Amino acid sequence: MRTAIYCAVILALLPMAAVRVATAGEIVRVQINDMAFSPGEITIKPGDTVEWVNNDFVDHTATAKDGGWDVVIGAGKSARLQFDHVGTTHYFCRFHPDMTGTVQVVGK
Amino acid sequence: MHYIPSSGLAVAFAIAMLTTPAFAADKPTDPQIAHIAYTAGDIDIKAAKLALQKSQNKDVRAFADDMVRDHQAVNDKALALVKKLNVTPEDNATSKGLTEQAEKKSAELNKLSGAAFDKAYVDNEVAFHKTVDGALETTLIPSASNGELKGLLKTGLKIFKGHLAHAEHLASELK
Repeated sequence: MRTAIYCAVILALLPMAAVRVATAGEIVRVQINDMAFSPGEITIKPGDTVEWVNNDFVDHTATAKDGGWDVVIGAGKSARLQFDHVGTTHYFCRFHPDMTGTVQVVGK
Repeated sequence: MHYIPSSGLAVAFAIAMLTTPAFAADKPTDPQIAHIAYTAGDIDIKAAKLALQKSQNKDVRAFADDMVRDHQAVNDKALALVKKLNVTPEDNATSKGLTEQAEKKSAELNKLSGAAFDKAYVDNEVAFHKTVDGALETTLIPSASNGELKGLLKTGLKIFKGHLAHAEHLASELK
């Protein structure tokens, strides 16, 4: 009887687990320290999310050079962006244009 | 012949006082360094606010926004540090000279408008950051005794070097 209940609970939870696996990619962190993105170049998979962690006391952005996206990362804060499509994007900080980085999304 | 903004020269002269043999023998104290650094930041914030009032150029306005945001953040950090260290920033000949020259430059810029204003403002930003970055590197950072003040000045220098590169790029586009 107890085994049957466990099975029912597991079966009930399975669809949730399946959904989670399907939507949640990895979170890949890029640290911002002393006016630089670190690592400067990252390679991720479609569905992964990049989280920029701003350890500086000034605001930054991660802005695609092709104009595709623009993320503001406040001083001492972090911000995320999910990447769904394969491709390479070079980005920079709009506030400090000498800060640059690259996100490469490669197929699974 | 290269155009050298008059206030850039004046600021260079005011800061050059720091590196004269007479001053070098009597290096600036931490309270004086804090005052010079804060004053330089405040001057740049005021210049940027003037640019935001007068300029219609979106790149110049974006640069001015950056100057206000960053210099305010550095000055807020500096104020918090002097409070923590219980240090009272001390007015001195260099910071007085910087303020006087900045007031003259502001009056000059106020008379200009349009593209002439944009060029004069950005050229002055190049000269100002070159001079301040040089003073930080050669005099203010080496003279700072307190480790936290030295660290803040070093971080400031990294930020201001970025400003110089940004200003130089902007100046080349305005020509």
